[in-house]
Amino acid sequence: MKIHEYQAKAILAEFGVPVPRGRVAVTPPEAAAIARELGGTVVVKAQIHAGGRGKGGGVKLAKSPDAAQQAASQILGMMLKTHQTGPEGQKVKRVLVEEGMDIRQELYLGIVIDRKVGLPAIMGSSAGGVEIEEVARTRPDAIVKVHVDPATSVRGFHTRKLGFGLGLKGDLLKAGADFVSKLYRAFAARDCSLAEINPLVITGDGRLLALDAKMNFDDNALFRHPEIQALRDLDEESPLEVEASKFNLNYIKLDGNVGCMVNGAGLAMATMDIIKLAGGEPANFLDVGGGASAEQIENAFRILISDRTVRAVLINIFGGILRCDRLAEGVIKAVKALNVKLPIVIRMEGTNVELGKKMLAESGLNFITAEGMKDGAEKVVRAARSA
Amino acid sequence: MSILVDKSTRVVVQGVTGKEGTFHALACREYGTQVVAGVTPGKGGIVHEGIPVFDTVTASVAKEGANTSLIFVPPAFAADAILEAADAGIRVIVCITEGIPTLDMVRVGRALQGRDTRLIGPNCPGIISPGKAKVGIMPGHIHRPGTVGVVSRSGTLTYEAVGQLTARGIGQSTCVGIGGDPIIGTTFVDALRLFQADSETEAILMIGEIGGTAEEDAAAFVRSHLSKPVVGFICGQTAPPGRRMGHAGAIISGGTGTAAEKMTTMQTAGITVVKSPAEMGEAVARLVRKTPGKSRVARKVSAGAGTGRKRAGSARGRHARPKGGSTSSSSKRGSGRRR
Repeated sequence: MKIHEYQAKAILAEFGVPVPRGRVAVTPPEAAAIARELGGTVVVKAQIHAGGRGKGGGVKLAKSPDAAQQAASQILGMMLKTHQTGPEGQKVKRVLVEEGMDIRQELYLGIVIDRKVGLPAIMGSSAGGVEIEEVARTRPDAIVKVHVDPATSVRGFHTRKLGFGLGLKGDLLKAGADFVSKLYRAFAARDCSLAEINPLVITGDGRLLALDAKMNFDDNALFRHPEIQALRDLDEESPLEVEASKFNLNYIKLDGNVGCMVNGAGLAMATMDIIKLAGGEPANFLDVGGGASAEQIENAFRILISDRTVRAVLINIFGGILRCDRLAEGVIKAVKALNVKLPIVIRMEGTNVELGKKMLAESGLNFITAEGMKDGAEKVVRAARSA
Repeated sequence: MSILVDKSTRVVVQGVTGKEGTFHALACREYGTQVVAGVTPGKGGIVHEGIPVFDTVTASVAKEGANTSLIFVPPAFAADAILEAADAGIRVIVCITEGIPTLDMVRVGRALQGRDTRLIGPNCPGIISPGKAKVGIMPGHIHRPGTVGVVSRSGTLTYEAVGQLTARGIGQSTCVGIGGDPIIGTTFVDALRLFQADSETEAILMIGEIGGTAEEDAAAFVRSHLSKPVVGFICGQTAPPGRRMGHAGAIISGGTGTAAEKMTTMQTAGITVVKSPAEMGEAVARLVRKTPGKSRVARKVSAGAGTGRKRAGSARGRHARPKGGSTSSSSKRGSGRRR
């Protein structure tokens, strides 16, 4: 799960990580009031989940409360386009108004789970403000990395290695150590999958501050973090995906016109792949789960067909535990209940497959049955073209 | 032979009295697996569907000689269940549970390091050695005994692959679902090492996914340590970056973990990579037909094909030596847990 910058900074502040002074505003007058309170130059920053906000015109400097109000009125309500939002952009509903900073140097600090090692990794780089992936590719030696064993948590040697690696000296080295251990504590306590400070800045008066902050959370751990669940912003998510998640369906909208419904994530990805190989474009990823009850199938259908770009649907189910006759029953019920008019290609395999096929054939509905994934993909692509 | 589970496997099902635990414990038993015990704290002493239930895994080991555990405990308690099984001396732990917090698995991973316990999963379908034992949730009837080892990060896609093999008359030695989470107990490399050491396995089908670098690691291992032919497939060729494709581990991030990258690396390592999921079975069939009967496939690599003599989870000391040398070295390496 993702949250906004202002929310991440509030969490960090709770753990004692130094962040700039500032507050979130939803109207231009509010932004002006916050600017007046802060005094001096402020920064008005669009709050959307996607990165690259500055380049898209979502971050503006304002030297007075009036200027802050004006900046906020430009940003609030805009469709902000960045490399992460997609072509239509994301509507800005909030701005963060923060004190302007005299920046001496920009650094990078981030924590992720290193899958290869099976431990959280803290990464630092003196090349801040840019994409860390880019640094990793072009100058891997410019990144210092330490792994943290949960049994010991962050120790002095970790923070020293990072601090020296970032080129910090004297008081800044101490401040850096403190910053790192507090950031790690926040990461571990809140079950983050990512905590990234980019840039981490050294101010003109020699302080370390989290100028930007990004925190992502482990979806699997949300059950023990109601405080994080409360930060979810549904406006940032696709409405169909939100709807699907209510029914424990894993749905991701894609650009094509061939809808697919599959049991299991791996098979769902493989089905998307084979649709593409057959010359079509998948409209979605949809995993109805290893089991998939009749109710799940009906909900899945509802979501699939509410995507108006879908021209044909491929159902690919490898019924192991799920019996094919039960699947057929669910599909027939759903198609009748929702009055689905789209061509539907069904490929099913596994227990009671013959009975399932017989039920589909005798349903009076116009299903296209397929033998194997390849046949299914070819048939659905053809159906989508002629539909 | 086979890897990880066989006729000597004695399973304790953790969470046996739950709906899923009951269903699958019975399905495993029906397949012929020795399901000797169940554990549900607080229900010790009852007999559930003919399976004696204990309060602790330790008791199931002491009373019924359980040596393998199959876990159906809800995500919030699953990490604890894994640690309990390890503490009780269980050698092969299969954790089916989906949705365990990553940081819980980080701690479990550290706790199991250096122990002679192998964890499979979590978030996996389990293991089956056709005709011998099924310790998992896969449909048993689609499998048949044979010589192809299957290792995969996903569930139903593995069934698809197995279905394709069986339809062509090709049986499997063991099928291992290693799980779709970012942190898992047994990796592709671990499974490949075991298959290499298994005298019955003649060829390997490896099914990967986008995300992480496990397939790249496997490719490097295949190049340096494997003499048996490997067919590979990577799903998620059409997946967009930055989106979690169902499995917590299946996400392309920071430009790494793409299917294209993985496929190229695997191909370079000598793995026969198929582009279409419909071709997995046929590609294996071509390889197996090229190497008829029991004859070993010509060894690509002559040295260092680490043949573990001792394998975790198998009480048997016997281990047939493949013909034709290069079976020595690193006898300890096949045993214990690798991450």
